Amino acid sequence: MIAFWILAPVMVAAALGLLFARKAVHAALLLAVVMLSLAVLYAVLDAPFLFAVQIIVYTGAILMLFLFVLMLVGVDASDSIVETIRGHRAASIVVGLLFGLTLVVGLSQITFGASVGLGTANRDGNIPAIAEILFTRYVFAFEVTSALLITAAMGAMVLAHRERLSPKVTQADLAAQRMKDYTETGKHLGPLPPPGVFARHNAVDTPALLPDGTASEASISRVLAARGTVKSAPEIADDVRALTEGED
Amino acid sequence: METEPFIVLSAILFTIGCVGVLTRRNAIVVFMCVELMLNASNLALVTFSRTNGNLEGQIAAFFVMVVAAAEVVVGLAIIMTIFRTRRSASVDDASLLKY
Repeated sequence: MIAFWILAPVMVAAALGLLFARKAVHAALLLAVVMLSLAVLYAVLDAPFLFAVQIIVYTGAILMLFLFVLMLVGVDASDSIVETIRGHRAASIVVGLLFGLTLVVGLSQITFGASVGLGTANRDGNIPAIAEILFTRYVFAFEVTSALLITAAMGAMVLAHRERLSPKVTQADLAAQRMKDYTETGKHLGPLPPPGVFARHNAVDTPALLPDGTASEASISRVLAARGTVKSAPEIADDVRALTEGED
Repeated sequence: METEPFIVLSAILFTIGCVGVLTRRNAIVVFMCVELMLNASNLALVTFSRTNGNLEGQIAAFFVMVVAAAEVVVGLAIIMTIFRTRRSASVDDASLLKY
């Protein structure tokens, strides 16, 4: 029971965080917290097989799938605050609270009695006991499950498959396009300049300086510039000045 | 070990998941809230399995996990397809059937 009282607040807090997390990745990580805590609760509840399955299937497979899809969907995954239906959020919170109230009222009207415990059922170990039930009474459901999994895998393949609409761009095509750009617009032919290498700072977020002292925008990644983590050349100059004055 | 605290925790998690499905806009987060509800029901099943002293509840929880895995695979594939065509993962943008 100690494990329960430690984990229950953590799980409720993480689940509430799922409601308020602005970024989908944070929501996925909070869901991982809930699922791992649930796995521990399964172990507490004499279900070692489900403990392992919860970690392997839910945390290992399903959440990883979520994270992969988040990586593919990318930055657009942030939630919009704008309400498309007026009063939707307030109404749904009221409905949710009413649902919770119904559950509480229902739970308060029943008694569960003393827990029998799984001592006799798990006599020969949890996994042999589960296997015995699964492969006798539920063997048909188990076989149907395999059909379901194959269908799901096929469905995902069909949905994720994309026909190639334009011919594949080869290296030769790219080179020809680059030459064409050069003749038409005078775009620089060669590779992009590397980031700046200075005495104090030589990371990729430091733009290289052109001969006239301005920063070259082509020398840093577009993503870093959009994120606003690029250190500008005058800032570095200030840093150097502060350092040298400190020495004096 | 009592049964009530586990069932109450399961009810709380289910309610939170329910509110999440109703309020969140991002399809992936809505999906995560569905998973939270499935997990909450699994907790109730495993608890009842212990209360009644047989393993049927654990078998049911196992089947729920299998079906959840299949559901996630297809659901995420659908979300990806929608994202590819509409450049958005918001459930509000997929409203073409309305008109």
